[in-house]
Amino acid sequence: MRVEGYGRVDRDEPVTFSFDGKRYQGFAGDTLASALLANDITLMGRSFKYHRPRGVLSAGSEEPNALMTVKRAGGDDPNVRATVQEIFEGMQARSQNRWPSLEWDLLSINDLGAPFLGAGFYYKTFMWPKPFWEKVYEPLIRRAAGLGALDGAANGDSYEKAYAFCDLLVIGAGPAGLMAALTAGRAGVDVILADEDATPGGRLLSEDERIDGVPATDWVAAALEELEALPNVRVMTRTAVSGAYDQGTYAAIERVGHHLASAGGLPLECFWRIVAKRAILAAGAIERPVAFKNNDRPGVMTAGAMRAYLHRWGVAPAQNVVVFGNNDNAHRTARDLAAAGIHVAALVDSRADVAQSGDYQVIPGAMVSDVIGGRGGVQSVKVTSASGEESIQCGAVAMSGGWNPSVHLACHMNGRPTWNDAISAFVPTPGMVPGLQAVGAANGTFSTHGCLREGAAAAAEAARDLGYAVTEAILPEADDAPYALSPLWTVPHKGRAWLDFQNDVTVKDVKQAAKENFRSVEHMKRYTTQGMATDQGKNSNVAALAVLADATGRSIPETGTTNFRPPFVPVSIASMGAGAQGKGFAPERKTTSHAATVERGAPLIEAGLWYRPSYFPKSGERTWRESCDREVTMVREAVGVCDVSTLGKIDIQGPDAAAFLDFVYCNMFSTLKPGRVRYGLMLREDGHVMDDGTTARWGENHFVMTTTTAAAGLVMRHLEWVHQGLRPDMDVRFISATEQWAQFAVAGPKSRELLNGLLDTPIDSESWPFMACGPVSLMGVQGRLFRISFSGEHAYELAVPARYGDSLFRELVARAEGLGGGAYGMEALNVLRIEKGFITHSEIHGRVTADDIGMGRMVSAKKDCVGKTMSQRPGLSGPEREQLVGLKPVGAVKQLTAGAHLFEQGAEPNRANDHGYITSVGFSPTLGHFVGLGFLLNGRARLGETVKMVDHLREVETTCEVIDPVMFDQDGGRVRG
Amino acid sequence: MRLTCPICGDRDHREFFYQGAAVMLDRPAPEAGEAAWDDYLNLRENPAGDTRELWFHGGGCGAWLEVTRNTVTHAVSDVALARDAKGAKA
Amino acid sequence: MADLKPRSACADLLPLSRGALHLEELSWDPIWSISPFKGRGQAVSDALNAALGVGFPVPGTWDGGADLRAVWSGLDQAFLVGAVPPEGLAGQAALTDQSDSWATVALSGPDAEAVLARLVPVDLREAAFGVGRCIRTQVQHMTCVVLRDAPDRFVIMAFRSMAGTLVHELDVAMQGVAARMGA
Repeated sequence: MRVEGYGRVDRDEPVTFSFDGKRYQGFAGDTLASALLANDITLMGRSFKYHRPRGVLSAGSEEPNALMTVKRAGGDDPNVRATVQEIFEGMQARSQNRWPSLEWDLLSINDLGAPFLGAGFYYKTFMWPKPFWEKVYEPLIRRAAGLGALDGAANGDSYEKAYAFCDLLVIGAGPAGLMAALTAGRAGVDVILADEDATPGGRLLSEDERIDGVPATDWVAAALEELEALPNVRVMTRTAVSGAYDQGTYAAIERVGHHLASAGGLPLECFWRIVAKRAILAAGAIERPVAFKNNDRPGVMTAGAMRAYLHRWGVAPAQNVVVFGNNDNAHRTARDLAAAGIHVAALVDSRADVAQSGDYQVIPGAMVSDVIGGRGGVQSVKVTSASGEESIQCGAVAMSGGWNPSVHLACHMNGRPTWNDAISAFVPTPGMVPGLQAVGAANGTFSTHGCLREGAAAAAEAARDLGYAVTEAILPEADDAPYALSPLWTVPHKGRAWLDFQNDVTVKDVKQAAKENFRSVEHMKRYTTQGMATDQGKNSNVAALAVLADATGRSIPETGTTNFRPPFVPVSIASMGAGAQGKGFAPERKTTSHAATVERGAPLIEAGLWYRPSYFPKSGERTWRESCDREVTMVREAVGVCDVSTLGKIDIQGPDAAAFLDFVYCNMFSTLKPGRVRYGLMLREDGHVMDDGTTARWGENHFVMTTTTAAAGLVMRHLEWVHQGLRPDMDVRFISATEQWAQFAVAGPKSRELLNGLLDTPIDSESWPFMACGPVSLMGVQGRLFRISFSGEHAYELAVPARYGDSLFRELVARAEGLGGGAYGMEALNVLRIEKGFITHSEIHGRVTADDIGMGRMVSAKKDCVGKTMSQRPGLSGPEREQLVGLKPVGAVKQLTAGAHLFEQGAEPNRANDHGYITSVGFSPTLGHFVGLGFLLNGRARLGETVKMVDHLREVETTCEVIDPVMFDQDGGRVRG
Repeated sequence: MRLTCPICGDRDHREFFYQGAAVMLDRPAPEAGEAAWDDYLNLRENPAGDTRELWFHGGGCGAWLEVTRNTVTHAVSDVALARDAKGAKA
Repeated sequence: MADLKPRSACADLLPLSRGALHLEELSWDPIWSISPFKGRGQAVSDALNAALGVGFPVPGTWDGGADLRAVWSGLDQAFLVGAVPPEGLAGQAALTDQSDSWATVALSGPDAEAVLARLVPVDLREAAFGVGRCIRTQVQHMTCVVLRDAPDRFVIMAFRSMAGTLVHELDVAMQGVAARMGA
């Protein structure tokens, strides 16, 4: 119900929303929880395990019970905390984990079986028969237990991530945080003030206090106005700092669109990475419940939450309330409720010597021992004291077991908090997160005056550390009442008293864990699931720890806490991965011939980040094989054009360039003449092959290296490593020129004929023999020509500045078609190179040596190089290794498959008999059969032998002949032609 | 996590590539023998405390860095250019 | 015989505007990388100054004006934009033509900083990154050169082959920022 004259909602702005299909009205400024309470809805959810009816427990982000599903345009948003969700016009919310309805939930039958469903129940019960766990028990349990569900559709909302930087990050905008931000902001410090609430002010919004003689909320408004006018201060609302990480990095989740009926292009959430030189933790404190029988009934909430609903939202859960606590906060609650005209039926204080604090009955030395009521709410409570037990009628219960400082962020880097006996709570241990200081309630200082004082002091200290001059401000006058409490965790009683509301963990469960020797707090947590729900035990950890400590005869600090881990509040995976879906997953690299390739209908395949044509279909061709066969034949008989720009090109210059190449390649480059190209093999330091490619000597001290497409980045990093890390004495410089040149292979017997139609000066075999290179001019554009071949044909690679790539590709293909050729794709390129026994990373896959691929003699004896020493180790060469061979089918089955393994004829095809495997296959239209490359034990000595290929996955078995990897034009006559 | 590149300044870890222990800077002579090479390539300390590591600022200036980092506290106490570290030893 | 027709990296992609934000392609030409050989840094800088009036930039900065710039681009490396390297650099530095290597775009508008804050993990606010600053960093997953050449304008250079992704990433961020400014 609404309380007249109270609350900071805008009563002139009604907002209509629905809950479980029924329409209700709230006001602008309401949360879903406050609006439901205003409409006398106390039943807001069902518990995780027993399906107990639950109401709202808190008024903040720690809420364990009031979790709902909000329908959004982009899809259902489950597990929304009603205490955080602001209402908006037309909002549709649904309760969760109930069937058929929140009032009549069939699975509440679990509650009757509770004596059998205690801690460890699953582990003990569903043991037999074993296969039933996965097939029967687990699915059943999962259906019965749980939270909200996703709607199954792809998430239609958009998310954002962003970076922010500051000198000082202030976490929380309550009195401590505001004072810290004011102090630092006035000194000129670059400040970010982040608060999870929609409105800064923290606890001040939820209390009836005065600061400097004015209502605290007026002071908050003035402070905000001042902060917003400071150009060096950034206030981020609806932004919960969720994690503290190394070197001053903090994560924060901003709710951008959750409170809006229509996003209008805004993301739902933004995930911030905030880098701060210093941080002040002013995250406040969370009030803890007391564990007594039926303390989970709808209508029982924390005393601070009840005050918050009254002062901030003008709402009370009932007209008649019992307040129960062990500290002065309980009195404050009773006083405020009474002042608002709410009947306080009794103030039950567990402490014996307490004074009357207002116009209501105070029962000292007493405890609430049971709550009578149902899903509709509270009807009465039982109060137990030395004088016996009495029943008191009431519609709601406010409970306070004291406050736990929100130490979480301070503990995210594995630090342990310190137990403070005076407040019976953990407080941050200084220095746990470098550069972070806790202040105010988060530091165990609960009075408003104390918060202001610590906030100002910490900010001044941080500002001075950062080199700013600070003038001490005069602290505003504020409440400085002491906080007195006598520890009370549980009320002894036979019934179930709840510790962890969301995961349905009772005092008995924790004691049971201790009895079964799960004495470590980490074990207790896992055995009972206490603290494992979406609230991560914010409401229950310390009390559960106290129960465990008591049950095991240790003190609380001896028992210790579990690890605090990020995130402090639930963070959606979608926000962390924002921007990385679809096109944002990885950069798409497109060649200059991309548009022309797509125009020709070529399907694209990914090669690393690049997109390359698979084949270029011609009309009438029904399968890719038909296109591929045609393209192979075209290259062998006429001329083909293929974009090879994706190969890495590295420009290497310097007086020591040649010596450097001698060191990174296993073969010699210092002997290469300018104007010539040489094939090079690069090893890793462990003696295995890293990459291969051709390198051209462009000038005395200038080389152009090519790498494979896949390894271009790796090789660049390797070159930098070898230079900077191993040979900084060498005077050499590198830069990638991959993107500079559009480079096309022109391959086939008619390649020179094609080129001579384009080049300003025609070439012949004298001026451009095999492995020659040099500058050329074509149609007035300066390009580069390399006579190299990856097809075994008379071939060239022609490069022009990338701006001309599109135009040149179209021109080359048109001319090739005029000569009976055309464009070819990756499939044909692959067949062409397999026919010639040329390797790719299918062969040099990281586990082969130069000797394995028949290039052992390339490792020059005349010089040291990376990988040389290890390549000479015993076991890295020789007949006991698998060596590169060619394979062709010779039996009835004509198919070869990549990945298949090789066995001796007649041998059982198992791992023990494995003699090797196939790395590359293709159908050779040139030879009329499948061709394959693979590695075979002692393969070079087994040419002509017949082996068995077995593909266990595809169930193919083929008899193969071992042949030379060079299967076509073995003397290389065509390439020189 | 953040590293202060001597060239670029304080940067987010996503700009860096982690290689491994900085012993890779101390490449043995080709004839140093099997034990020395085994040590160099395969054997690594795993201290709870300061380690010397190699990072590559591939998302930045392209410098190889020798980073001294504490595996317990994650504190980074020194970042130097690998070529300088190498030069200092030479 | 037909001529070879040049095509820019962002042809068909730019310009585009979102709210007060504007993205356009720049035709920086030529671009040459200059990497001084050992001990030649000063000589290279002097030669550049003598011939063109710009020095070799210190790391993190660029020098020059609208037509001619020396842009720091990495360890011992800078891009000379708007002129070919003067004769005097031969033998003093590695010189490589990079004119066609980059998709170069300018992002302008009062909230350009907010756009880049969604993509670049570096503090690009004016106090930390004013006019004249230039860095190598990442724009989402792409390694880029980012420089500021006016209080409300940034230039971003990404690999030419990634032009489509660069524009996509910037556009998404621009839309998000434009929506916030409109909200």
